[in-house]
Amino acid sequence: MTDPWAVAVRAAHCLAREPLALGGLHLRARSSDARNRLLRLLHDFLPGAARLHPDTGDEALFGGLDLSETLRSGRPVTRAGLLARCDTLILAMAERATPALAARLGQALDGGGHTLIALDEGAESEERLAPALADRLAISLDLEGLRASDMPGLTPLDDEAPADAPAERLAALSVALGIGSIRRPRLALLLARASAQIDGRDTPSEADLAFAVTCALAPHATRLPPDPAEEEAADRPASDDAPPPAAENDALPEGDLLLEAALASLPPDLLERLAQGPVPRATGLGTGAARKGNRRGRPLPPRPGRPDGRARIDLVATLRAAAPWQTLRGAGPGQTVQVRAGDIRLKRYETRSDRLVIFAVDASGSAAFARLGEVKGAVELLLAQAYSRRDHVALVSFRGTQAECLLPPTRSLLRTRKELSGLPGGGGTPLAAGLRTALEQAVQARGRGMDPAVVLLTDGRPNVALSGRADRAEAIGDATAMGRALRAAGVTAMVIDAGNRPSPALRDLAREMGADCLPLPRADAARLSHAVSDALG
Amino acid sequence: MIPFPFTAIVGQSEMKTAMILTAVDPGIGGVLVFGDRGTGKSTAVRALSSLLPPLQMIDRCPVNSASRAEVPDWAGPVGEVVTRPTPVVDLPLGVTEDRVTGALDIERALTRGEKAFEPGLLARSNRGYLYIDEINLLEDHIVDLLLDVAQSGENVVEREGLSIRHPARFVLVGSGNPEEGELRPQLLDRFGLSVEVTSPGTVEERVEVLRRRDAFDRDRASFVAAQSAEEAALRDRIVAARSALPKAGAAEALLHDCAALCLALGADGLRGELTLLRAARALAAFDGESPTRAHLTRVAPMALRHRLRRDPLDEAGSTARIARALAEAFPEEVAA
Repeated sequence: MTDPWAVAVRAAHCLAREPLALGGLHLRARSSDARNRLLRLLHDFLPGAARLHPDTGDEALFGGLDLSETLRSGRPVTRAGLLARCDTLILAMAERATPALAARLGQALDGGGHTLIALDEGAESEERLAPALADRLAISLDLEGLRASDMPGLTPLDDEAPADAPAERLAALSVALGIGSIRRPRLALLLARASAQIDGRDTPSEADLAFAVTCALAPHATRLPPDPAEEEAADRPASDDAPPPAAENDALPEGDLLLEAALASLPPDLLERLAQGPVPRATGLGTGAARKGNRRGRPLPPRPGRPDGRARIDLVATLRAAAPWQTLRGAGPGQTVQVRAGDIRLKRYETRSDRLVIFAVDASGSAAFARLGEVKGAVELLLAQAYSRRDHVALVSFRGTQAECLLPPTRSLLRTRKELSGLPGGGGTPLAAGLRTALEQAVQARGRGMDPAVVLLTDGRPNVALSGRADRAEAIGDATAMGRALRAAGVTAMVIDAGNRPSPALRDLAREMGADCLPLPRADAARLSHAVSDALG
Repeated sequence: MIPFPFTAIVGQSEMKTAMILTAVDPGIGGVLVFGDRGTGKSTAVRALSSLLPPLQMIDRCPVNSASRAEVPDWAGPVGEVVTRPTPVVDLPLGVTEDRVTGALDIERALTRGEKAFEPGLLARSNRGYLYIDEINLLEDHIVDLLLDVAQSGENVVEREGLSIRHPARFVLVGSGNPEEGELRPQLLDRFGLSVEVTSPGTVEERVEVLRRRDAFDRDRASFVAAQSAEEAALRDRIVAARSALPKAGAAEALLHDCAALCLALGADGLRGELTLLRAARALAAFDGESPTRAHLTRVAPMALRHRLRRDPLDEAGSTARIARALAEAFPEEVAA
């Protein structure tokens, strides 16, 4: 069963059969004919679905006081939220749902009684449904690139023989594919059963299991199954000589049908994600790291809404919205203006955090000899740009055995320039220490509501470890670890190679940091500053 | 809805121990469960309600008072003393401040013009548990409010012309996934114990989870009935430990060990030592023994893990640091 449309149709029938136990469907596809046809099918199976959007607020989800009805009747009238009224929810543009919304929906799914269809239209591999939510939806489909030419209905699977030990094999496969969540094999088992019931079988057959693996396990794989005989393993990049991670078990016989099903439907960007390494990108909006706009921001056009205690009512816009209806509502001249709940307009602001550019400048002996002067020139040009954009800047320099924050975040161009011109050079290259100081500054700045970015200027020859010992290998290891820490903290970064020759080691470090690596163009500071402002946006 | 039985949870022994310890001594001050998706965090907390020993409380008392004298004066007419299960109250994300602290009873204000107090979730969770799933995604102002109440054990409402205070002593249980956001250190420190859960790595363990969950889904009532003897035995042990706890003293040497361990780890503040001692005593009471170094060693990771300064380079995390410090401080206990 390799035809994606056949898989999708079978999945839709399974969901219709067991909507609550399976939790729902994660559909990754742009708007297309195939998607529309599948949605129509689901619509027939699960009528009365409520549509959500990524900005759906708590009031709409959980309900609240019905303002106009309460005022009219003189007693509190509550309105039920979408969660209480509807069993089936369709989340459009699911890739943009915030972690907060994902958590709320996840809790609703955990409570039982809800089915969620998440329409994920993400274009990039980074842009996808929140994992917390995807983990709870049994079926995961990718209809990208599916043509609308031949779309048959449900075809029964002609495989009657019951599969042996389905639970054990699904559990083993989930370990082999590096799927941590225990929910996945459970949902796969439920899906296999639902698929068997559709064809009138009591117990799932091999084909049912393969189908369940395709929909429920393979899209969540985080690594290739450790089977060197498979051809897929040979496709790995040649530079990756490391043997595949050893599995904790040998319960996967060669040529297993399930494994083949899994391999056939592994996410296409798995290799890409593997190459990025195991470092998770922290993109959540955790309470501690919540970004607050520390300036008021530009006012945006007011929007209809309900006062929820956080947004402010735009009085003028509300009156303007109510004005045309006054005659209909029977308000004559000299009488009070009649305002209904639907007239209320809320003020909105676009708050944008201040940006902080942290320059981590390598002032070691090797860099000093090479091109410290040019680096200084480049930083000065960047500073001028930062000034015109009203960015804050901070300056970290590292040389000898330690790093130093020469200048805490400031907007004073003059002070920065003074510190910079007085910056001495010489000594070892404690790259890791420099990165650590920059990271500390970035984390602190974020706590104050700023949006930090780190620009590292170095010739990339770390030779002093964090401990202060001059040990090249240890220094490189420390620098790599700090780079990962920067990336895990979600700090935008940018590496500028100031060496005479571009260094491959520095490019690797930049990759660990999730940053671009630019060689410093010789004696052309203006071009560099353009490159930086382009890369940092 | 019948929750999955506590005793049927496969593995995750540290999380289960932490929950049992707070049941033995609620004064330990809450559990924080952080870990991967789909590892049974919420399942374990929801299972608590049927495991905990029942409480004596006044019927219809909004704050679950034990005796008539403790019923607040703003409460309506109350009934007799009844036996109820320990309250485990869910604090959902997106809850409003009114629902947490309680607020003016709008219905009575509008219809009868009375100024009455409508108690919130904090009142309902008095003497019980307050559970917050995805605590790291909770709104900041609710977190601040919870911190304050969890610290003082009293909820003070000064709003809308009301001035009311009522007891709110609860065990705070939070769970979350660290990938989705960190928790502020101020809040971390308020939790007595912190547990890290990981997904079971072996196939056998996973198969066992699948099998049990499957049996539960097929026939909840009989699955729960099959576990009831084990649940009752555990409940009895908790009750026995509770009564043994006040008698459990701690030797001078043990106090010294606590302080030495915290000093070696550089834990912030003194809360670490205090929690460590309480947890060790509770564990000893649960085992029916007097507290020793062995108990201390077992509870040290969960009592101290979240109180250490974070080192961005230390990828192994605080757990490994505590293990190292324990191995240095008490080599013979760790080896055993």
